[in-house]
Amino acid sequence: MADQAAPPAAAGPARPVRDGIALGLAVGTSGLAFGAAAVSSGLTVAQACALSLLTFTGASQFALAGAVAAGGGLVAGTASAILLGSRNALYGLRLAGLLQVRGLRRAAAAQGVIDECTAVALAQPDDASARAGFRATFATLYLTWNLCTAVGALGAGRLGSPQSLGLDVVGPAAFLALIWPRLRAGRTERGVGLLGAAIALAATPFCPPGVPVILAASAALAGALADRAAGRAAGAAAPDGGLP
Amino acid sequence: MTATWIAVLATAAGCYALKLDGLTVPQSLLNHPLARRFAELVPVALLAALAAVQTFASGQSLHADPAQLAGMGAAVAALLARAPFLAVIVAAAGTAAAARALGLG
Repeated sequence: MADQAAPPAAAGPARPVRDGIALGLAVGTSGLAFGAAAVSSGLTVAQACALSLLTFTGASQFALAGAVAAGGGLVAGTASAILLGSRNALYGLRLAGLLQVRGLRRAAAAQGVIDECTAVALAQPDDASARAGFRATFATLYLTWNLCTAVGALGAGRLGSPQSLGLDVVGPAAFLALIWPRLRAGRTERGVGLLGAAIALAATPFCPPGVPVILAASAALAGALADRAAGRAAGAAAPDGGLP
Repeated sequence: MTATWIAVLATAAGCYALKLDGLTVPQSLLNHPLARRFAELVPVALLAALAAVQTFASGQSLHADPAQLAGMGAAVAALLARAPFLAVIVAAAGTAAAARALGLG
């Protein structure tokens, strides 16, 4: 497993601000897709914008929009959206020592604890660069993501039917792209992904919408237990780190 | 206030609380290897499940829409070619749209 400890993506030399702005602009434009997909799912423009402003973590936002599009299942949809946000708590654990923020500044920094800001911060060689990279990514991505959400949401109705534009595949394609680096990283990840998908599809005919996705979390437990059993068999300790 | 607004605000509150928790709770939580590995794998399981359900399910019935499958196929091809995130999304949506324009799905 040691050979899988690849460095996070978007690693550059000591250019944290430039890296952060570049990634923030690139990923932030995906807010266009979210805004358009959210409105075509049945959310209002205000609801789409509120999700981007207040939730600010793409996978959870797409998940809730998907639940609305599926015609209800709002409780299960909300639960799976929040469950998806649980990875940000892990990023926070990794970032807490780097950012060293307290009080109001911690409350503000918390909103930026997401995939992209964590990737840029952890790619930096020292703590000061990590903080600069985190702030640059957070500021750029927050502004771009929210602006693009509003533009996408307002434009969705004028562009034509969401299906004719292929907007119904934006959500699933985004989910696949978000986990792709993890699927490349290891056999356990691929197994967990396949098992999670299989559990959700197998449960779909028997459960209300949203519930199959929550049941898929058991695939993660199976993967963790399998890794522990394998680690014990090999007598090897798990490597440290590994996030994000 | 509508049910959808409640879902929007509850999602926002829950997601923010999780972000803040990570910065606030003792670091020792990650010391247990099983807890850490489970937490690392949760997003993989959930996102794979979401991608599968949104591609192959409609409500409680399983079906496959050829245009959607073509779009997801394009996404996989773009990912294999190491395309950036936005290019993957555009390839997927563009392919599904093109497939529908040609009369698929």
